[in-house]
Amino acid sequence: MEYILSFVLLMIGLYCVATKKNIVKIVIGLNIMEYAINLFLILIGYRRGGIAPIRTPDMSLAYFLRYSVDPLPQALVVTSIVIGFGVLALSVSMAIRIYERYGTFDINEIKRLKG
Amino acid sequence: MNVLPLMVALPLGMGFLIPMVSRKNRRTADVLGNLATLSLLIMSLYLFRIGNQIYFMGGWKPPLGINLVLDGLSAFFLLIVNLVAFIVTLYSVDYMEIYTSKLRYYSLFLLMLAGMNGVVLTGDIFNLFVFLEIAVISAYALVGFGTEAEELEASFKYLVLGTVSSVFILLGIGFLYSLTGTLNLADIGSKISGISGGHAFWFVVILFVFGFGLKAALVPFHAWLPDAHPSAPASISAVLSGLLIKALGIYPFLRIFYNIFGFPLLETRFIPQILMFLGGASMLTGALLALVQNDIKRMFAYSSISNIGYIVIAFSLGTPLGIMAALLHTFVHATSKALLFLSAGSLEYRLETRDIKKMGGLMEKMPITGISGDIGFLSLAGIPPLAGFWSKLFIILALLDAGRLGWAIFTILVSVLTLGYYLRMNRYVFFGPLKNNLQRIKESPVFMTASMLILSLITVFLGVILLPHLRSIVLDPAVRTLINGTKYISMVMGG
Amino acid sequence: MSEKEGLSVIVKVVTRWIVGFVLLFGLYIVIFGHLTPGGGFPGGVIIAGTFVLLTLAFGKDTPLRKLNSTLASELDSTGAIIFLGIALLGLYFGSFFAENFLTKLPSSYFKLFSAGVIPWANLAIGLKVGASIFMVFIILSVTRVVGLPNGEKKMTRKPTGRRK
Repeated sequence: MEYILSFVLLMIGLYCVATKKNIVKIVIGLNIMEYAINLFLILIGYRRGGIAPIRTPDMSLAYFLRYSVDPLPQALVVTSIVIGFGVLALSVSMAIRIYERYGTFDINEIKRLKG
Repeated sequence: MNVLPLMVALPLGMGFLIPMVSRKNRRTADVLGNLATLSLLIMSLYLFRIGNQIYFMGGWKPPLGINLVLDGLSAFFLLIVNLVAFIVTLYSVDYMEIYTSKLRYYSLFLLMLAGMNGVVLTGDIFNLFVFLEIAVISAYALVGFGTEAEELEASFKYLVLGTVSSVFILLGIGFLYSLTGTLNLADIGSKISGISGGHAFWFVVILFVFGFGLKAALVPFHAWLPDAHPSAPASISAVLSGLLIKALGIYPFLRIFYNIFGFPLLETRFIPQILMFLGGASMLTGALLALVQNDIKRMFAYSSISNIGYIVIAFSLGTPLGIMAALLHTFVHATSKALLFLSAGSLEYRLETRDIKKMGGLMEKMPITGISGDIGFLSLAGIPPLAGFWSKLFIILALLDAGRLGWAIFTILVSVLTLGYYLRMNRYVFFGPLKNNLQRIKESPVFMTASMLILSLITVFLGVILLPHLRSIVLDPAVRTLINGTKYISMVMGG
Repeated sequence: MSEKEGLSVIVKVVTRWIVGFVLLFGLYIVIFGHLTPGGGFPGGVIIAGTFVLLTLAFGKDTPLRKLNSTLASELDSTGAIIFLGIALLGLYFGSFFAENFLTKLPSSYFKLFSAGVIPWANLAIGLKVGASIFMVFIILSVTRVVGLPNGEKKMTRKPTGRRK
C-alpha cells in the first residue's frame, strides 16, 4: 500500500520532466523522481514496528533479527542521495550557465541544435 | 600484488591528485594523465595472463561483500577501454590547449575512466550503478566543457535523459533486491531462476532494456546522442562514442541478460526479438540520418547509432558466431570511431569549423589527418583488408547461420548506405578542389598526429586478432563467458 | 567585517552564538560515526552548513576569509586521497583492497577508538564532503556570473584566431 505513494511521486516527477517548459522545473522534476526511488528503496527494507538496525550490547541476536529493519536499503539510499546531490549540483550550475548564454529558462527558446 | 583493484583505484586517485599537484606547472598534468592511462593499458594487457579471478573487496566473501570479477568478457572490455583511453590522453596533450582548464579536463576524464573500468569489473549490481553514475556524471560535465551555448544545451539534454534512465535502472535494482534479497550479481542469478516467470521479473527486464538502452543510444532512446557527442571536445567525443555507450550500455546488457538472467530470456524468444527490432531500427535510422548531415562530428555521431545497431543485432542472436561478431564489431567500432573523431578534432583544431561544405582538398595540406580519417572510414564502411570488413562479414554470416536471411540482406543494404555517407564525407573534406581560404592550413601538432598514427596502425592490423593464437587469448574467453551463460554464477559463488 | 553586508543585526548575533556549536555538532557526528547514526557524509554536510550559515548571515567575505576556495578544493582532493590511501594501506598490510587491517579487540567495542580504520575513513570523508559542499555552494551562489546586458560573454574557450 505504501508503495503506491512512491509510484505516484515517480509519475509526478516524470510528468514534470516531460511537460514543463522551464529548466528549473525540469531539474525539480528529476529530483522528485530520484526521491520517489529513494522512498521505494526505504520501503523495501521497512518492517512495521521495527527498530533501528543497530545492535546494542544488551540485545539478543534473535530479538535483533526479529525486529530490526533491513539496513541494506538504507545504505543504498545514502549512496543514492549522494549521487542525486551530485546530479543536482551539476544540473543547477548548468541551468545558471544556460541562463547566462540564452537569457531565458524556457526550453522552447533554447533550441539551437536540431536534427 | 594484485592489480585488479588498481584498475579502479589508480584513475580515481590520479583524478584527485592532478588538480592538487599541477596547479603551478601545467605539464605535470599531461605527464601524470598519460602515465596513469599508460599504466592502465599495461595492466589491462597483463590481466590476460591471469585468467579468471574473483577479488573480494575488504576480504568480505560474496554474497555479503562487494567483489570484482575478472573473466574473459571483463578483460576484453578493459582492453578496449584502456587502449582507446590511452590514445585519447596522448591526443589531448596538444588538443586540449584550445580550452582553458586542462586540469579539470584530466580530472574528469580519469574519473570517467574509473567509472567505466568499475562498471566492467564489478560483481555487484548496486556497485555497477554507482560506477555508472560516476562515469556518466563526468560525461555530462565533459560534454558541456566548452560552456558555449550549444554545448550547454546538449549537455543539459543528455543530463535530463541520462538521469531519467538512471532512475529507471535504480528502480529495477530495487525490484531485484526485493525479489531476491541480495545485490550480488551471481547470487541474484542463482535465486532468480525460481521466480523468473512472474510479472515483477518482466517489469525489471523492461526497466533494464529502457535504462541501459538509453545509455547505449538504441533508436527510440537515441535523441541525446547526436547532440551530446558532437558538442564535446573531440577527444571526449572519441571516448563517448567509442567507449561510453559500450561500457555503460552494451556491457551491462550482455552481463545481466546472458550471465545473470540466463535461462528464461534465451528460452522465450521475446527479449531477443525486441532487441533485434531495436537494433535494426538503430542501424537504419542512424545510417539514413547520417546521409544528410553537414556537420562532420554529427555525422559520425549518427554513424555510432547505426553501429550500435549492428552490435545489438549480432549479440541478440545468441549463437556463438553472433556473439563473436558482436564483440569483434565492438572492438572495431571503438578504434575506428575514435580515429574518425580524432581526425575530425584535428580538422576542427586547424579550420575552426565542422561544416564539411567549407572544407575541401585537405589531403595535401593535412596528410596524416587525411590518411587516418580515411582508414577509419574505410574500416567502418567495411572495405576488405581492414578490420571492419571482418566484423561485418561475421555479423552477416552469423545472421545467415541463424537462418535470418531477411536480416542479413537488410544488414548488407545498410552497409551500402554506410559506404555512401562516408564517401560523401570523404569527397567534401579530403578531396576536391582546395578552397582559397584554406591555403595556409598546416598539419596538426605532433602529439595529435602521433596518436592518430598509432590508432590508424591498430585499426589496420586489428584483423589479426582473428588469427587462431591471438583469438584464443583475446576473443575466445569473452565468447565462452557469454555462451556458458550462468556458469558465471557457480564461478563466483564457488570460488 | 562590514555592517552593511549580510542580514540584520539580530541574525548576525544569533549566528555568532550558534555557529560554533553547529561546527562542534558536525565534528561529533563525524568522529562518532562508527558508534552512532551518522558518519562522514552527514557530518560533512553539517560542517559545510556552518559555512553556508556564515555566508547567509555575513555575506560572502567572512567564510571565504576563513577558507578560500583554492584551499577548499585542495582539502576536497586531500580527503579523497586520504580515503584511497587508507584503502591502499589495507592492500599493503592486509591482503585485500580496503581491508580493515587494524586490530579490532572485542574489549574496545562501543569505545571511541574501535572498529579499526572506520573512524579514520569517516574523518577523510567528512573532510571531503565538507569542503566539496562548501565549494558547490560558493560556486553556485557567490561567484555567479549573470548574463551581461550588452550580450558580451565570458568564454571558457580561448579566443579564436590564435591558432593558425
